Amino acid sequence: MPNTLLTLDQINVNFGPKRVLEGLSFSLQAGEIGCLLGASGCGKTTALRAIAGFEPVAAGRVILDGQQVASSGQEWTPQQRGIGMVFQDYALFPHLNVTDNIRFGLSRLDKVEQKRRVEELLEVVQLTEVANAYPHALSGGQQQRVALARALAPAPRLLLLDEPFSNLDVELRERLNQEVRDILKSRDITALLVTHDQHEAFSLADKVGVMHAGRLLQWDTPYKLYHEPAERFVADFIGEGVFLPAVVTAAGDIEFNADPQLGHRPCWPVCQARPGQAVQVLLRPDDILHDDTSPMQARVVKKAFRGAQFLYTLSLPSGQTVLSLVPSHHDHAIGEAIGIRLEIDHVIAFGV
Amino acid sequence: MKSSLLLGALSLALVGSATAEEVTVYSARIESLVKPLFDAYTKETGVQVKFVTDNEGALMQRIKAEGANTPADILLTVDAGNLWQATQMGLLKPVQSAALSANIPAHLRDPDGNWFGLSVRARTVFFNTKRVKPTDLSTYEDLADPKWKGRLCLRSAKKVYNQSLVGTLISRLGEAKTEQVVKGWVANLAADPFSDDTKLLEAIDAGQCDVGIANTYYYGRLLDKNPKLKVSLFWPNQTTSGVHVNISGAGVTKHAKNEKGAIKLLEWMSSEKAQNLLADVNMEYPANPKVKPDPYVASWGSFKHDYINVKVAGEQQANAVKLMDRAGYK
Amino acid sequence: MTLSLTAQAQASPPRRWNLQPGIAWLIAAITLVPLLVVLASLADPQTDIWAHLADYVLPQLLINTAWLAGGVAIGTLLLGVSLAWLTAVYDFPGRRHFAWLLALPLAMPAYVLASVQIGLYDFTGPLQTLLREWFDNSRWFPPIRSRGGVILTMTLALYPYVYLLARNAFLTQGRRALEAAAVLGLSRRQGFWRVAMPMARPWLVGGVSLVLMETLADFGTVATFNYDTFTTAIYKAWFALFNLKAASQLASLLVMAVLALALFEQKARGNKRYHGAGRSGPAQPIRLQGLRAVAATAACLLILALAFFIPCGQLLKWAATVIKTDFDSRYISFIWHSVLLAGGAAMLVVTLGLLLAYAVRGRDGHSARLAARLATLGYAIPGSVLAVGVFIPTAALDNQLIAALQALGWQTPPQILKGTLVVMLLAYAARFLAVAFEPTQAAMQRITPNQEAAAASLGLGRREMLWRLHLPLLRGGLFTAALMVFVDVMKEMPITLMTRPFGWNTLSVRVFEMTSEGQWEQAALPALAIVVVGLIPVALLARQTENR
Repeated sequence: MPNTLLTLDQINVNFGPKRVLEGLSFSLQAGEIGCLLGASGCGKTTALRAIAGFEPVAAGRVILDGQQVASSGQEWTPQQRGIGMVFQDYALFPHLNVTDNIRFGLSRLDKVEQKRRVEELLEVVQLTEVANAYPHALSGGQQQRVALARALAPAPRLLLLDEPFSNLDVELRERLNQEVRDILKSRDITALLVTHDQHEAFSLADKVGVMHAGRLLQWDTPYKLYHEPAERFVADFIGEGVFLPAVVTAAGDIEFNADPQLGHRPCWPVCQARPGQAVQVLLRPDDILHDDTSPMQARVVKKAFRGAQFLYTLSLPSGQTVLSLVPSHHDHAIGEAIGIRLEIDHVIAFGV
Repeated sequence: MKSSLLLGALSLALVGSATAEEVTVYSARIESLVKPLFDAYTKETGVQVKFVTDNEGALMQRIKAEGANTPADILLTVDAGNLWQATQMGLLKPVQSAALSANIPAHLRDPDGNWFGLSVRARTVFFNTKRVKPTDLSTYEDLADPKWKGRLCLRSAKKVYNQSLVGTLISRLGEAKTEQVVKGWVANLAADPFSDDTKLLEAIDAGQCDVGIANTYYYGRLLDKNPKLKVSLFWPNQTTSGVHVNISGAGVTKHAKNEKGAIKLLEWMSSEKAQNLLADVNMEYPANPKVKPDPYVASWGSFKHDYINVKVAGEQQANAVKLMDRAGYK
Repeated sequence: MTLSLTAQAQASPPRRWNLQPGIAWLIAAITLVPLLVVLASLADPQTDIWAHLADYVLPQLLINTAWLAGGVAIGTLLLGVSLAWLTAVYDFPGRRHFAWLLALPLAMPAYVLASVQIGLYDFTGPLQTLLREWFDNSRWFPPIRSRGGVILTMTLALYPYVYLLARNAFLTQGRRALEAAAVLGLSRRQGFWRVAMPMARPWLVGGVSLVLMETLADFGTVATFNYDTFTTAIYKAWFALFNLKAASQLASLLVMAVLALALFEQKARGNKRYHGAGRSGPAQPIRLQGLRAVAATAACLLILALAFFIPCGQLLKWAATVIKTDFDSRYISFIWHSVLLAGGAAMLVVTLGLLLAYAVRGRDGHSARLAARLATLGYAIPGSVLAVGVFIPTAALDNQLIAALQALGWQTPPQILKGTLVVMLLAYAARFLAVAFEPTQAAMQRITPNQEAAAASLGLGRREMLWRLHLPLLRGGLFTAALMVFVDVMKEMPITLMTRPFGWNTLSVRVFEMTSEGQWEQAALPALAIVVVGLIPVALLARQTENR
């Protein structure tokens, strides 16, 4: 039976007169990896710092493992919360070598146990060879892993990661991403990271929250965020896609009045309109299939080669454009007309 | 930690109260010029003399702040002006002592008995023996004469000895006349005023200037080191007021714990056997006229000194300072 | 799940207490009490003295003071920064030794250097005497007793403050920023001006403000040159016009001017931060070749000769004439007392400076910053005035204590707190907090908030963090601070004179005694002893920085 480890309940955080977080609520089950996703300045790092205890909350509650650790005027210190944190700049201690950096939070344990944990973690993060090196002599990826090991050493109840991979190159980022997920999962660690990179969020996290302007718009699995965005902003922010105008029929279907060949679909699961109202429907590139047998034709306006696939930008008879992912053996020239078909499982329709 | 230190200090202070008779002196006269004297006194009487040195201004503020609890029995200075000021501040107490009245001439002590001069410091004129004939010299005032243009060296106006000198000039000549004299001095300067008398005497020796005003004991020290010094002294104003003198003197503090002991010490210091000990150590002149100066000092010749009461130095000090400022004497 | 180490499961979440502004104000009180004694004088304007000073004295003094302060600030910056840059970034013959030798002039009291300079270079000195022998005339030689002479002398005496701090900055700022500058096409010189200098700002400001405060509060040096500055007016009002109140008022103005300057700097600095840039391995020094190497060595030698070796030679020559008669067993106690006071003060003042710098860094830094500003003003007050400011409240407290104890029927001596080491050390703290605070505060800038946050998230409390994070990272800054306080206390006169116990003499008291009667030969001996004892910590500092 999974139990809730972290709950944020209507958190507000102010910087002076300015409100930077408003009504933030979500919860994380034990062993889950959560992620706050958003552009820079959206408040995601502030949320992380409020959970860690570095920023006081102006309203709302933070509940950790059943204990209320923060509410307005009642704050546990970071030390009391038992939360580990990995910083964007790693914040390694330059005067200590790798071993001592990792050992830093273990001073309450006896020497034998300290040694055991440090050795174990060195192995986990594969830094045994550089155990005696000083931070400035390490590569970025190594520094990152020292920071992770240091945060994991005291076996925190919750691990927070602030843009943990943003300082690394792409290749290293993807590799470490997977490594970190494996480490966290194998040790059953509950973690929350913040990032602006949705690939990172999707590959690492079980639950992702999209933030914008200090508010959390949706807290859900990556699959649902992609396929069932609760708000237009989320739909825009996550993945690729376009919006096409449509109306909701009396039967509750959507009908693309400019391009009727696209056909009818039930307005489900996200349908923010009543029958008769105009809506905007989200069409992802995977919703439009290339089908030479289809009567509906669209003209190629733009194409981007993605290895296995082409991403075509297609112009419909009405002049509106849609995106379509097509296996890359279907190589069509710009200006050529190709048959397409709408294959949509989740209709996402927002009122106009 | 700090509080325990404080407590430690407190208990030390409480335990450390003395048993033998003790006199405490706040001295602006430096250790090497008073310690031989105090040691002799202890040897003779068994009375311990505790002392601390500092400059006069600080010592007076200290006595003032300590109020009734001051450890000081005696304030000892190296000029009369500060003793006068200490009297003004109510730090000293008048003393009636037949011995002191007999030993110290009236013009070298406070008429009310607040303080007593114990040694005499003469401030006289010095000249370069190669470039000046003694017959060219006459008075302090004469050094303002244009004939000395570019030939005079003076010490800084910030030194109390010069303030006292100008103070006595004011009381003798009046402010207007004195200001003219001081302006004349400034106009005649060969170099910026010096910060000490020794430098000034060396400048006369080196020919940077021809004449200057300094205290005799600086000359004595320099001559001692360099007998070939091309500098000689001249006693000015012998037909008029006499050589300007200041004193090193002392008074009993108002809240003296050991008033009797303090008076005894002062009386002893003015006595014939102590006077040479006090004056000779710094080549000064004894205040007690019955005592001859050191033979070395005496060799510079005898002179008539100014018999105006030295307290004038204090009374006129502020006026003198302001006057020197006006005259541009730095 | 493994056992979590950090404290948890309290019945009720404890409140977060922020003690730091409180600590800051407590420390500031050490300075504020004497400062307020001085400022209290403002309540009772001494109009006649003011009128006189304003008419005849102040205009020239203000011009003189501005020249001196500006000249010495620029001079020490030029000398201190260029020498620091040279020894931190380049390698040339003797660099390792120059790195610490160049701090030596710190041990030479400015007032001693002043009399040495005059002794050497004035009309009667050996140089001009020699010139007269050669050319028959030396009047063309620039006079040392002049504005330029004072500025030069004080620059030579005070540049080590800037040098030590600037060097610390250059050694800790890491090479990445400079590398970035190089990549962006900046030459090394441009990199110096546009990266290294701006990144060293807190250090440079710290060093120069120490120099400025010391210059503005100085009396001994300018008096030796008979160069009248604002402090001349202060001493004139007190010692010549017998008006301590007027003197305190003038000193108050000085303090307020310094405070205004400090606040202005704080404003100008704004929200800039000065953490080290990225991976900060000490950069490999660049080897200078040929003529450039010779020039670098020669420049260091020249400065050292002018500021230290030649003056030391003169002191030695003077001291030699009196060493037989004067140097005896008393010197053991002079030196012991000096070292005891300087060592004790260095430990206390550096501890207070560290706590203050730590408090300023806290969340509610505003109030703590103000406290720190005020706490460090003691360095801007002329020593004698501050000494009275310390003495008056101490004596008043003593009088209260005595009255209370006597009311209890106790026998009391006339002084309880006065003349104790505790009071002496607190008085030094009031005077020298700035000296400890500036380098510590500057060094603190290199610790990133995230490093502190990391330590906090690893369960370290504020105190533990101080011990395990700040202290090790601040070592260089703290060592510099301790050295500067140690040497400053060794040189200090007015407070030592006024607060020392009976019969307690130090080397600087000895210097005072000798100079107050114009006996420079005799004064050379204790002055030289101050220099020699001061060498010990300078050498220690050298080893400490070389080890990094």
